[in-house]
Amino acid sequence: MSTPLVRRHDGFSLRRLVALIRKESRQLIRDPSTLLIAVVLPVVLLFLFAYAVSLDIRSVRLGVVLESDSAPAQSLAAAFAGTRYFRVTTVHDRQAVGDALVSGALRGMVVIPQDFDQRLAARGDRPLVQIITDGSQPNTANFVANYARGVVSGWLALQARPPAGAAPPIALAARFWFNPEIDSRRALIPGAIAIVMTIIGTMLTALVVAREWERGTMEAIMSTPASVAEILLGKLLPYFALGLAATGVAASLAVFMFDVPLRGSWAVLLLLSSVFLVPALGQGLLISALARNQFVAAQIALMTGFLPAFLLSGFIYEIAGMPWPIRWLTCVVPARYFVASLQTVFLAGDVWPLLLRDLAAMLAIGALSFAVALWRTRKSLD
Amino acid sequence: MATLPEPGAAPVDAPGIEITGLTKRFGETVALAGIDAEIRPGRLTGLVGPDGAGKTTLMRILTGLMTPDGGRALVAGRDVAAGGDIHSITGYMPQRFGLYEDLSVLQNMRLYAELRGVAAASHDAVFARLLAFTRLAPFTSRLAGRLSGGMKQKLGLACALMGQPQVLLLDEPGVGVDPLSRQDLWRMVNELTGAGMTVVWSTAYLDEAERCGHVLLLDRGRLAFDGPPEKLTARLAGRSFRLEAVSGERRAVLAEALELPSVCDGVIEGSGVRVVLRRQARRDEIEALASRSGATVVPVAARFEDAFVDLLGGGPGGTSALAARMEPVTLADSSPVVCRDLSKRFGDFTATDRVSFEVGRGEIFGLIGPNGAGKSTTFKMLCGLLKPTAGEARVAGHDLRRAAGAAKSRLGYMAQKFSLYGLLSVRQNLDFFAGVYGLDGALRRERVAEMIEIFQLAPYLDAAPESLPLGFRQRLAMACALMHRPPVLFLDEPTSGVDPLTRREFWTHINGLVRRGVTVMVTTHFMDEAEYCDRVALMYRARLIALDTPDALKHAAATAECPEPSMEQAFIHHIQAADREDEATTRSASP
Amino acid sequence: MFRRLFNVRLRAQIVKELLSILRDPRSRLVLIGPPLIQLLVFSFAATLEVNHVDLAVYNRDTGRASYELLAEIGAAGFVNRVYAVHSPAQRRALIDREQVIAALDIPPDFSRNVAAGHTATAQVILDGRRANAAQITLGYLDRIAARTGAELVPDSPGARDPTVVRHWFNPNLIYRWYIVPSLSGILSTIIALIVTALSIARERELGTFDQLMVSPTTPFEIIVAKTVPAVLIGTVLGLVMIGAAVFVFGVPFRGSFGLLLPSLVLLILSMVGIGLMISAISSTQQQAILGAFAVAVPMVVMSGFATPVDNMPRVLQWVAECLPLTHFLVIVQGCFVKALPPGVVWGQAWPMAAVAVVTLGIAHVVVRSRLG
Repeated sequence: MSTPLVRRHDGFSLRRLVALIRKESRQLIRDPSTLLIAVVLPVVLLFLFAYAVSLDIRSVRLGVVLESDSAPAQSLAAAFAGTRYFRVTTVHDRQAVGDALVSGALRGMVVIPQDFDQRLAARGDRPLVQIITDGSQPNTANFVANYARGVVSGWLALQARPPAGAAPPIALAARFWFNPEIDSRRALIPGAIAIVMTIIGTMLTALVVAREWERGTMEAIMSTPASVAEILLGKLLPYFALGLAATGVAASLAVFMFDVPLRGSWAVLLLLSSVFLVPALGQGLLISALARNQFVAAQIALMTGFLPAFLLSGFIYEIAGMPWPIRWLTCVVPARYFVASLQTVFLAGDVWPLLLRDLAAMLAIGALSFAVALWRTRKSLD
Repeated sequence: MATLPEPGAAPVDAPGIEITGLTKRFGETVALAGIDAEIRPGRLTGLVGPDGAGKTTLMRILTGLMTPDGGRALVAGRDVAAGGDIHSITGYMPQRFGLYEDLSVLQNMRLYAELRGVAAASHDAVFARLLAFTRLAPFTSRLAGRLSGGMKQKLGLACALMGQPQVLLLDEPGVGVDPLSRQDLWRMVNELTGAGMTVVWSTAYLDEAERCGHVLLLDRGRLAFDGPPEKLTARLAGRSFRLEAVSGERRAVLAEALELPSVCDGVIEGSGVRVVLRRQARRDEIEALASRSGATVVPVAARFEDAFVDLLGGGPGGTSALAARMEPVTLADSSPVVCRDLSKRFGDFTATDRVSFEVGRGEIFGLIGPNGAGKSTTFKMLCGLLKPTAGEARVAGHDLRRAAGAAKSRLGYMAQKFSLYGLLSVRQNLDFFAGVYGLDGALRRERVAEMIEIFQLAPYLDAAPESLPLGFRQRLAMACALMHRPPVLFLDEPTSGVDPLTRREFWTHINGLVRRGVTVMVTTHFMDEAEYCDRVALMYRARLIALDTPDALKHAAATAECPEPSMEQAFIHHIQAADREDEATTRSASP
Repeated sequence: MFRRLFNVRLRAQIVKELLSILRDPRSRLVLIGPPLIQLLVFSFAATLEVNHVDLAVYNRDTGRASYELLAEIGAAGFVNRVYAVHSPAQRRALIDREQVIAALDIPPDFSRNVAAGHTATAQVILDGRRANAAQITLGYLDRIAARTGAELVPDSPGARDPTVVRHWFNPNLIYRWYIVPSLSGILSTIIALIVTALSIARERELGTFDQLMVSPTTPFEIIVAKTVPAVLIGTVLGLVMIGAAVFVFGVPFRGSFGLLLPSLVLLILSMVGIGLMISAISSTQQQAILGAFAVAVPMVVMSGFATPVDNMPRVLQWVAECLPLTHFLVIVQGCFVKALPPGVVWGQAWPMAAVAVVTLGIAHVVVRSRLG
């Protein structure tokens, strides 16, 4: 042989990196479970968030106890039956409805008392009706109370004889910017994307790196000229791409099927997702460097990645409502910044001052976890 | 014959590897306690020693995967601790080679070619050469996970050879490899050293060490011997003997021989017994033993293994405390293991094709064959892990199909990995296996206590099995498999990767049990071990191609060039004969 | 019969499973610590109240009414900081950057209208990105506006509510009374699923499964032996969390413990069945873990924890009815603050039992067929 077979590389080699990426991608495509997580789960989750999870309550089962037979009482009962927010059961006996409230068959009841006409005539000295709710579900109870009150007020206004004066002295006219119909779906989609990306970035990455340690392939790869940086990048880039692809699927579904507006640009959406993957992958890598065992890695990823992304990222529960130790804790949950910036890009547009702050926070958390993971991996076998 | 590319430009006289005062400790344990050695290119260097001697640690330091605590290691003149491009001049094959099981043979090769910087233009040429060299060309698209153990090792070697390393480090490449593939591995490694490469082969098998040009023998982190194997063997001159034509029970003779003060080591070899005397011991005692048992004492050439055992202070005694405690097996059936026309098909593929044999009571029956010949499938059907497609399998008189539970409670099983529960302590493992075989109450307590006493497990009761020395881990596995006193014992490559001393202790117990009437069925790749068997069944391509005593198999394989073949040579001979027969039938079938 | 069912082999395996989960102090900690921490963190994190919010005010009125209104708002507990802005652009910037969640716009004629007996309207602009928090904030502001109005014009209609509201079972609508019992159900569900999803897959990867299969034990015993410890551990953890709900979080317990306990056991049993089914089907640990996830995430989302099942489309309601967690949440919420009658509990319990029977059956069949 006269031609040199081997080209020696010092430092970083793109060829080695490409080879590692190709290997990882092949493995990724071959395992049905990765496709399940990357393609099926995002679609299912979006579908559920679009149809199943709705914070907008409608058709709550309500009992109307009609103790008075007078025409005005009948008219008020009809007003309840006429709204789309309630599914009304009308009865004449208080006791029957009480049991239904305990068993959960009804979520609330409105009592129109026997002396309804007298109360109506007294013009506001005594309350007209009693509203009783099932407090075991505070959310629904609140809704029932507010809407039932609204129905009564609306009915009174229609009777054209309000108890006193004309209207309340101070009224607030509310306008919701970015989401005028306050469609909760629009607020939930970013959360769905964040969850899927956390599962792919953190959970899947932690598992596949732990698997290489478990099966001994890490040792073989580390004995080749490939550097630690190449090995880790080769491992992460395919999952980076998978994460972006899953975001693409989810965002397209949201925009084209579920009518969520994208007021910012696709480019910014891509940028945000790419930057979020830095802390997500970094965390996955860190977990596998600490655990090196799929069972433990999965448990840590569940507790430190998935559940916080679900509950502490602010997409279901408002961070501003949490006590201070937990609000501090949310500062290190990268999903928090991702959810906030996604909500902005979808509903408000490319608001750079806000986005830059979130991007910086995600990068900082990412850099920190990568630094620790690299340090732990480097001193690996010793 | 394909040859390899010429080696990198290393001056032949310079040492390939220079080690000075190398130390490494893990917490309290000293893995390497100051090693000085020189490994030269162009000859095969064996790294041998019992388990825990520090072989893998040394290998990892030489490949730059671990940093030594003290001392220095130069590989091709470069300090391994300094980092740099050490990885581009060394090829390393770890114990469980890092093949990606869900990638194909070619995809694995391409990955390592890229990682080791083989120019893309020369890929095809390099792959063609390596595939021819390893004889893997027909399997390029097969997933690595579907390869047999031998083929995996060859692929691992091909991957480690990418990019022409000057130094090749192989960590126990022979484990789990059948004699045919092993022959291939040897051929390959000899060609490489012939071309001037520095090759280190670490092993626990001493027949492998004997074939190396130079040996480094490690014991508890120290270098116990450094030189050509013959030099160590020469110390043993005149101390090895064979008791031939033993009329009585050869296992009894061996047990007796091992108890003699003058005997340092002994093993069964076909119908005879091979013994090694202690230094300056006289042969009176074995002569007396020979005459008592009607045998003749013949001096034989010393082997490296004899020297190894001698150097490490001799083998264990010949009596098994376990067998002594066991009452003789009473089994009505004279053939505790029977299979008739046993077949197993996976889809179109026939793994076992109409295999029939019977194993007599108190017999050690070996099942051998190349990887993928169907012996593990057959074995698994006999112990109830697989359901046969056709045919009949009976263990201790119970049909495995109809009365699997009854059959299973009469058999003991020990697999190569010693499948113990790592999350349970030693005592908890014992309790669990006693319970799962239906031992209860006082009986369980008694048996567990007995096993702890026999195998001296008391100091380790609260430890995790993984933290035990290999020998104790094996004892624990045996204890777990034997607590319910099974009359039939299934051993699946029980000593794979185990050093000779641990292996001897294991066989002392097995021999003891067999003398008590226990029937043993064993699969092995280790041909010395096949010699311990009363009869050996050789499987090839799903069929049984030979079934006889080890001596008879060796006799049948004798040729003019090789009048006294070893078991390994006999194995290869029978396989090749079967191949020729197959060719002949195909030729006559299609003129 | 009982002795035959709980024979030595089975007992040994149950002890083995318990030990492999509980022997190591570290794995004990991993199992018990995180759920309790999660319960604590999430119980405080999951709240429908809003606190510490920042508001913007664009006040073009100089009269008494706006002064009173702003004083009330400034003193409200949920408000952290009020920014005074002087142009719509400034207001827009604050909302865009999420520095404030709402901006109040008081027109120049505000106080004049109040004094004249007309309704004075102030505009509130809310950040619809945080739809939930914005709505809650609006609710608070509405109440302040009504109160201020009533103080300014004592005989006004806003001063008198035509209705009287009573919340049964939870008079002050403390959200924690809802969230803590629900979380105890969700967390025990996830634990039971993860512990069992890996159990068979791991033994198979480590080779101990073959060791089990050559012993005289039967697939049925293997399934039972893996079920019992997981049910025990899951139930104990569930009980610890229920205990924490009562004694640490002070959630009233008015229902029957005798009904709640069997329901908890049924929940765990059905989740163990699902976990074992996944484990038996998977060929690697990775598949088992990801499979468990693909089941757990949609299950929590659909269980009625976040939003009522009644709100879902009909088809999804049927799916939700097949999830054990959905039924358990009804029972646990009912048993805490109200005394759910036995009939209702039974109506929610039998679907869980059905899921358990079906999934354990499938797991058994799969394990048995692996022998062939």
